[in-house]
Amino acid sequence: MRFNFWNLAKQSLTGHTGWPEQWRDPEPKSAYDVVIIGAGGHGLATAYYLAKEHGIRNVAVMEKGWLGGGNTGRNTTIIRSNYLWEESEAIYEHAMVLWETLSQELNYNVMYSPRGVMMLAHNEQDVRIFKRHVHANRLAGIDNEWLSAEQAKDFCPPLNISPNARYPILGAALQRRGGVARHDAVAWGYARAADRMGVDIIQNCAVTGIHRDHNGVVTGVETTRGEIKTSRLGIAAAGHTSVIMAMAGLHMPLESFPLQALVSEPIKPVLPCVVMSNTTHAYISQSDKGELVIGAGTDQYNSYSQTGSLHITTRTLDAICELFPITRRLRMLRNWGGIVDVTPDRSPIIGLTPAEGLFVNCGWGTGGFKATPGSGHVFAATIAHNQPHPIAAPFSLHRFRTGRLIDEAAAAAVSH
Amino acid sequence: MLLIHCPYCGERPEIEFRHKGEAHIVRPENPAVSSDIEWTEFLYFRHNPKGPHAERWYHTHGCGRFFNAQRDTGTDRFLKTYRTDETP
Ligand SMILES: Cc1cc2nc3c(=O)[nH]c(=O)nc-3n(C[C@H](O)[C@H](O)[C@H](O)COP(=O)(O)OP(=O)(O)OC[C@H]3O[C@@H](n4cnc5c(N)ncnc54)[C@H](O)[C@@H]3O)c2cc1C
Ligand SMILES: [Zn+2]
Repeated sequence: MRFNFWNLAKQSLTGHTGWPEQWRDPEPKSAYDVVIIGAGGHGLATAYYLAKEHGIRNVAVMEKGWLGGGNTGRNTTIIRSNYLWEESEAIYEHAMVLWETLSQELNYNVMYSPRGVMMLAHNEQDVRIFKRHVHANRLAGIDNEWLSAEQAKDFCPPLNISPNARYPILGAALQRRGGVARHDAVAWGYARAADRMGVDIIQNCAVTGIHRDHNGVVTGVETTRGEIKTSRLGIAAAGHTSVIMAMAGLHMPLESFPLQALVSEPIKPVLPCVVMSNTTHAYISQSDKGELVIGAGTDQYNSYSQTGSLHITTRTLDAICELFPITRRLRMLRNWGGIVDVTPDRSPIIGLTPAEGLFVNCGWGTGGFKATPGSGHVFAATIAHNQPHPIAAPFSLHRFRTGRLIDEAAAAAVSH
Repeated sequence: MLLIHCPYCGERPEIEFRHKGEAHIVRPENPAVSSDIEWTEFLYFRHNPKGPHAERWYHTHGCGRFFNAQRDTGTDRFLKTYRTDETP
C-alpha cells in the first residue's frame, strides 16, 4: 500500500489497523542471481537499484541481525559533499543529488533536512585547509562558503565565539545544502521499496562461509540457515568486511574501530544547523524530537565490541560545553558505539575483487551514511555490469597497489 | 578505558598509551626486488581479525617503550602483553 493522502485518510477512519507489513520475512531460496551481505543502508540501496535500474530482481540481502541495526542505525546522520578531491566530490555529490528527491523516489519520508553543515576552524591550519576546500568545491560546482566568526554566530546563535575560548573560532566553512536525514527511515524506505520489487531481505541469518570453485570463482555462501547458491556476491558489511573477506581467503586494507555517539534529553529547538569541530572531535545537531545528537571520535584500538571508552565521549562533551555554554547543565540520555571500517586513505573501496563474482563496498569508516544512495547506486551498476561504474572506478581495491590513493585523511583530518 | 599491563611498568590506564597497529609485520628484506603485491601487503593490508589480535602498544606517558600484546577484539580483553624481544 502506498503512503499517500487518500490511504492515510482511509486508515485514520479505521484506527490505523489496516496497514500491511512493510516488507516480507521470506524463507531463503536455494539460489539467487545476486546475494548481498549486510542489510544496512548501503546493502539495501544496492538491492533496490539492482531491481529498479538493472532489472535484476532475484536478489537476497542477508543480515545477521535486524535490518538497519548496524552503523546505519547508529550514526549521527550528517550529510555533506564538500570533500577535497575530485573523485570524492563526484561520489558524495552524486549521493547528495539523490538525497534531494529520495523521499519521493521511495515513497517514504526519509526526513532529509538540508539545514546546513558548518565546520569550525580553530587555528590557522584549519582556516587554510577549509579555504582550500571552499575553492576546490567552487571549481567543482559544489556549494561551500567561508564565514567569519561573526557570520558563523549569525547562522548559529548559541555558538560561543569569544576569543578567550579554549579553542577560539576563527571562522567556518558552511555547506548550506548539507544537513541530516532520519537514519532508520533510510533503511526502512529502501527495504520496503526493494521488497516490493521482489528482493528477499533475510534477517537473523549470518553468512558464515563463501564457496568458490577450483578457479576461485564464487559459487555461493554458507549461512546459519543453509547454503545459498549465487554467481554474484556483493559485500556491504561495514565494520565486519575483513571478517567476511577472510572467508574467501582475501586480505583487506582495513582496520575496524569503535566510534561512539550520544544524545541528550530533549529540549526546545536551539540548534538550527549541524556544527562540526574536527579539531576538538565533536559534532552536534538537534533531532526533531529535540535531543542534541552528538558524535565523538574513534577509539585508538581495533575492536568489534560495539562499545567504546568513556574518556572518548567525556572529551567530546568537554568540547561541546565549551562551544555551546548553554548545554552545560544538560543531561545525556543514551550513548552507544558502532564498528567502523577504516582505510589507509579514509576513502571507501567499491568494486571488483581478486575473486571473480565477488564485489565489495566498504571502507566508508566514520562517514558513509551521507553516501548511502550514491554508494548503492554505483555499486549496483558495478555488480550488474561486472565492471566499475565510472564514479566508483577510482575507488578500486587496486589503488593501493598503484599508489593512486584518494587521501581525504591528510586533506581534512575530519571524521565525517 | 582499557587497563593495560606494560611489561616494564605494570598496570596503567589506557590514556598513558598509544596503540601502534598490528604487530609482527615484517618489512620486505629488499624493497627494490619485492613485488608490488608484497609491498602493498606490507604497507596497507592488515589482518583485522575478530578474536585474538597481535598488536603493538607504546607507553608514551610512562617508560616510553614499545611492547606487544595479544588482545581479543571481540571482547577487548588482553590475553597477554610481552616485550618486543619475546615471542608470543
Ligand atoms: C557513532 C557513529 C556516527 C556516525 N556518524 C556519521 C555521520 O554523521 N555521517 C555519515 O555520513 N556517516 C556517519 N557514520 C558512518 C556511517 O554510519 C556508516 O559509514 C554507514 O552507515 C555504513 O552503512 P552500511 O550499510 O555500509 O553498514 P551497516 O549499516 O553497518 O550495515 C552492515 C550490516 O552488515 C551486517 N553483517 C555483518 N556481518 C554479517 C554477516 N556475516 N552476515 C550477515 N550480515 C552481516 C551487519 O549486521 C550490518 O547490519 C557514523 C558511524 C557511527 C558508528
Ligand atoms: Zn611502561
